[in-house]
Amino acid sequence: MASAVPPRPAPERVLMKGNEAIAEAAIQAGCDAYFGYPITPQAEILEWMARRMPELGRVFVQAESELGAINMGLGAASTGARVLVSSSSPGTSLMAEGMSYMAGSEVPLVFVDVMRGGPGLGSIGPSQGDYFQMVKGHGHGDYRTPVLAPSSIAEAIALVADAFEIAERFRTPVVILADGTLGQAMEPVVPAYRNPARQVFDWAATGATGRRPRVVRSLHLKPEDLEAHNEHLQAKYRAIEAAETRWTGELLDDAELVIVAYGTAARVARTAIRRAREGGLRAGLLRPISLWPFPSAPIAELASRARGILVVELSAGQMVEDVRLAVEGRAPVAFHGRTGGMVPTPDEVLVSLRHLWAITAPRPPEAGRDERPPRRTARSVPIEPSMRRPASTPEGVDEPAFQEVWR
Amino acid sequence: MTTPLIERPPEATAGAAASPAPASVAASARVIAGRPALLEDKSTHYCPGCGHGVIHRLLAELLADLGVAERTIAVAPVGCSVFAYDYIDVDWVEAPHGRAPAVATGIRRVRPEAFVLMYQGDGDLAAIGTGEIVHAAARGERITAVFVNNGIYGMTGGQMAPTTLLGQKTTSSPTGRDERLMGGPIPITEMLAILPGVAYAARGTLADAASIGKLKAMLRRAMEVQVHDAGFAIVEVLSNCPVGWGMTAQQSIDHLQTVAQTYPTGVLVDRLKAAAAPPAPAAAVSAPTTAAAPAPSSLTLEPATAAEA
Ligand SMILES: Cc1ncc(C[n+]2csc(CCOP(=O)(O)OP(=O)(O)O)c2C)c(N)n1
Ligand code: SF4
Ligand SMILES: [Mg+2]
Repeated sequence: MASAVPPRPAPERVLMKGNEAIAEAAIQAGCDAYFGYPITPQAEILEWMARRMPELGRVFVQAESELGAINMGLGAASTGARVLVSSSSPGTSLMAEGMSYMAGSEVPLVFVDVMRGGPGLGSIGPSQGDYFQMVKGHGHGDYRTPVLAPSSIAEAIALVADAFEIAERFRTPVVILADGTLGQAMEPVVPAYRNPARQVFDWAATGATGRRPRVVRSLHLKPEDLEAHNEHLQAKYRAIEAAETRWTGELLDDAELVIVAYGTAARVARTAIRRAREGGLRAGLLRPISLWPFPSAPIAELASRARGILVVELSAGQMVEDVRLAVEGRAPVAFHGRTGGMVPTPDEVLVSLRHLWAITAPRPPEAGRDERPPRRTARSVPIEPSMRRPASTPEGVDEPAFQEVWR
Repeated sequence: MTTPLIERPPEATAGAAASPAPASVAASARVIAGRPALLEDKSTHYCPGCGHGVIHRLLAELLADLGVAERTIAVAPVGCSVFAYDYIDVDWVEAPHGRAPAVATGIRRVRPEAFVLMYQGDGDLAAIGTGEIVHAAARGERITAVFVNNGIYGMTGGQMAPTTLLGQKTTSSPTGRDERLMGGPIPITEMLAILPGVAYAARGTLADAASIGKLKAMLRRAMEVQVHDAGFAIVEVLSNCPVGWGMTAQQSIDHLQTVAQTYPTGVLVDRLKAAAAPPAPAAAVSAPTTAAAPAPSSLTLEPATAAEA
């Protein structure tokens, strides 16, 4: 029997680093085993686990590579253990193979990607450049992985427990998608740890004592069999979409401009929205928490009544594609992004908001013309090809600050 | 299958195929071999004469003999033998190509009571999975590895493997393996044997019935190493691939003599012997205590902490 986590004093406000909070949240969620490999900016997860897991009689292995780590995770989780694996962008590329196998063989596991700048070795600064990788499949084959994106340390703690629950309920790997800022920053939190109830697994390889042998596998050589398996997976993904689409809205009731942003970008956007409102521009925030399943329905609904949508990301524009798919031309969609480890400032975002406001001003109705606003078609209008952003923006400057607007 | 795969009393020769006894001797007939209980009663997908089936049988016999079948979690590779799980009746986990040692490590660590058996081909273990096997061995993971060296990538159509003999023609070395361009055969079991974590390393062959008997003894030893918690154990098996080698089944079995000139058979290291562990009878074998690994991690519900309450 593993030792129980020693009782802790009543919850109080503590200062925690994001990576350590994620690691401790996994421990408090009953994580049996952790496998990892050092990489900045997630190394503190590995270091925290190296100290805490053996102390609790649980499993910690520093693997020989991310390939090793994810496959150790696959092995341990195939026996029904609750497993955490973490890495950052270059490492997550190596883990794509294991994620695909786990999706195929329906092995639950929680995977943390603390994103850094890319491509290649990139930088160790914060980034949201792995959105495509994590949200659009990660490894090969026709599968989906639930992706949860915390935007604060307290939320990261809650989502880690939720991730284990989703993983085990739906027999799927689940991703916690954080960025270097969230991993490295310290915040005061009242940690709301949670240890989800254990299920009885009728599929896990535990040794065939008194029952028929079990095989945890992803190979189905007969096309008919594999298609049936894929149909089963797709049905499961529809169920996840119905049950686990998560997002929050702030100041949306009267918002004429809506920012869609997740993680660290959402926190920058929140400040920009406050400043915009101080200046009389009614903006609001829609923050996706689950990136897959993506909250397309609320975005579509907002698009039909908002003047415009601004997507803010720490990337050259990845989630914005899903926003455009949700909006379907109902409103102009502008994008503001920084890359390489750079984080947009609230003032930069404010400039983009003001510009979007200006170019979406309703035209006065002309005599004899339809009173309704003109239907906007979804076409891409690059209005500032340069990726360069002003370091700070003087008040009142109405330069276009985003790269493109789709209208 | 061309070669009978059963252990015979000394008077039976390897060439004498098992055939139904004539009615006149049936009454006094004694069953000397049958299908091991753990081996599924179905024909395999292996090519006629392929060695994988022989090895499966030996493993099915030994898992039962050692009394570990019910706590076995086996790891299947990517290669012709991926379907081992259709033939040997224990729990299996299918690993990605080459990653079996990492998958087995994960199982080993969270299931200290399990008997972890790993089956890999030479492309799987000695090419794409080199990193994983070296480090699992170096960590001394309590795993029994069965490494089937048929000198070729059987499943994908007979391409060159790291183990392919010099001069050997394959579909990806059509003029023969040229050392200057393609390097030489990798003696990976010798390389692993020098690691302190490796308690047992040996190489056997399917060349003839006597060798198969010796191979079975090696496999038994490699399993006992795990039962005695002594470290990592590996047995390399020189096996054939008649289809990939472009030979008849008999030619491919004869060719194993040539293969053994590059890969000498025998025990490379046996640290269980050095430790003089007492031979444990199968029935008395208890779950190993993993001194190095942390205590078993419970898969049951943890009591709620104060913070959750
Ligand atoms: C990542 C990856 N690369 C390549 C393959 C294709 N592949 C399947 S089996 C195999 C080689 C198997 O050779 P070996 O391990 O020697 O086994 P054998 O079939 O000879 O028993 C390869 C390259 C794969 N499945 N996955
Ligand atoms: S291809 Fe070779 S290794 Fe594979 S089943 Fe046929 S003979 Fe055996
Ligand atoms: Mg081979």
